[in-house]
Order: sequence, then C-alpha cells, then structure tokens
Amino acid sequence: MSTIGWIILWGAVMTYAARVGGHLVLSRFVHVHPRVEAGLNAVPAAVLTTLVAPAAISAGPAEMIALVVAGLASLRVSLMTMFLIGAAVLIGLRQFIA
Amino acid sequence: MSAETLSEQDWTGDFWRGVKVGLPVVVASAPFGLLFGALAVDNGFSVTEAVLMSASIYGGASQMVGLDLFGARIAPWLIVLSIFAVNFRHVLYSGAVGRRIRHWPPLQRAVGFFFLVDPQYAESEIKGGRGEAITFAWYMGMALPIYVCWVIEAGIGGTFGNLIPNPRALGLDFLLPIYFLGLVMDFRRRPFWLPVVVSSAIASVIAYKTVGSPWHVTIGAAAGIILAASMPLDKDGSNPS
Repeated sequence: MSTIGWIILWGAVMTYAARVGGHLVLSRFVHVHPRVEAGLNAVPAAVLTTLVAPAAISAGPAEMIALVVAGLASLRVSLMTMFLIGAAVLIGLRQFIA
Repeated sequence: MSAETLSEQDWTGDFWRGVKVGLPVVVASAPFGLLFGALAVDNGFSVTEAVLMSASIYGGASQMVGLDLFGARIAPWLIVLSIFAVNFRHVLYSGAVGRRIRHWPPLQRAVGFFFLVDPQYAESEIKGGRGEAITFAWYMGMALPIYVCWVIEAGIGGTFGNLIPNPRALGLDFLLPIYFLGLVMDFRRRPFWLPVVVSSAIASVIAYKTVGSPWHVTIGAAAGIILAASMPLDKDGSNPS
C-alpha cells in the first residue's frame, strides 16, 4: 500500500478510536461526578470556540465584520440564516476590501 | 392501527426530522468537501485517495491538516498523530453523547460513533438538552445525507478543482469559522457559557501563537472545560443549570 494509503488507514483508525473511546471509558462509571458532568457540558462551546478564535484574530476587516454581524444575527435567527447572512456580508465586503 | 405500523411511522418520521436538521450542514459543509477534494489532488493525492480519506476519516479539519502536512513532507506517523490530535475532541463528544444513547443496541452505537462529527454532536446535544430522546433513526437521518454528500464532494472537488477561478472572492476560506461561531452561539444558555468561551478563546489564541496548530484546539478546549469543572457546585452537589 502507498504511503498515502497507510496515512488514511491509520488516520481513520485513530479517529474512530477517539469517537468511540470517550463512551467506552465513561460508560464504566455508573455515577458521573458533578464536576465531570460540568466539564462535559462545557465541551461543545469550549472546543468550537478554539476553531473560531484564532481565525478571528488573524482575520482582516471584512472577515471580522462578517463574524460580528453573524454573531449578532445568531441572537435572533436560526443557524442556517445566520450562516447565510455571514457569508453574504463576507462575500460583499471582499469585493471592496482586498 | 397496530403497534408495529405506529413504530414504523415513528421511525420514518424521526428519520426525516433528522434529515431536516442535517440539511444546513450539508449546505455549509459542501464548499469544504469540494475544497478538500481540490486541495487533496493539489497535494499529490489521487481522486480515489481523496474520496477514500473523506469516506474513512470523515472529519473536515483533520483531513485538511493531514493534506497540509503531507504536502510539507512531514513523517507519516506525525501526520497520523496530528489527525488524531485534531480529532481528539471527539473523545469528549463520545463521552457526552454516549450518555444519551445508552439505550441503543451495541451495534447501533458502534455505527453511530463513526458519524460523530462536530455538527452531529452539537445537534444531538441540543436535542438531548431539550429533554428529547436521541433515536437511532433521527441520528442516522441527520448523519447519512451529510456523509454521502461529503464523500461525493471529495470526488467532484478532486476532478473539477481547478475550475474555481478565485475561491477567496467566494469567501470559501472563511465559511467554516462563521459556521462554528453559529454553533458556539447555540450553546449560550449552558451554565458558565461566557467564562468558558472567553477562557477557551484566550487560551487557544495564545497556544496558536506559541505552540502552533493543531494543539491550540486541545489546549484551548482544556482551558474552558477545566474552568467549568472547577466552578462552585450547588449545595446538593449538582451543577446549576
């Protein structure tokens, strides 16, 4: 098998291990400690924030404005609408800001 | 009406409700699926290998990191380790969603975890947080269209990638952060949401500038999670929510 083939195979195995592993470990405990529970509840916001923050910091004005507008829009509209608004603002501004 | 037809209707209804929840994700991930295919071929992958990677790893950010490192001639074991590092957050998703799908038979759980990507996790948590049951039908209704399109897009992107004249003008490179921001905002009613988001943002930016990608994900997430876990508990020992 080619190098790329091996990378894909092991990348897939490790990824599946991560996706099934958390459950296999946690399901051994009948009672989940409240602090673990609090930590787990914070996982989505914490992880997703790390995918946004560095991109926002290194972004230019067009990207920044698009993020702010989309963020404000998300207080009122659904995820899909918010996403389309953000994309429209971004594409529009990029025609003017290099 | 017999109980059997009723449950069959439930199954179909749940499946389609899942499909509906997944549609925005199909649209939002399409540019990335296509972009991945185009970049993969650009980095020396065949179209078949690009499709295989999307079909077997099924994790956009980690696939991009894998491509990037392969193009940079990094040692294969380090590439695999980096893919694992980017997807390590799925351990946490797995632990969280696992609590909500304990009633599934083992085989269904084994299948379900394969599809546990960011939006799948986020929507499952949102639904579970509303006190609704996560059924296998709903879960797969959401997962399958996203997955099938994702795999097809790698093939299309790999085959026709060079036809996009100016990807930047279409905002392709910045759609993912906008989408992820929307998901972050969806969780704003969770306990300690603001301190978690602020600490994860600061930690991830510092890690991004010092240790570098992809570790900023692990380090930034750890900051927010540890903060939430160390917040004072209610008198009865439970977490205020």
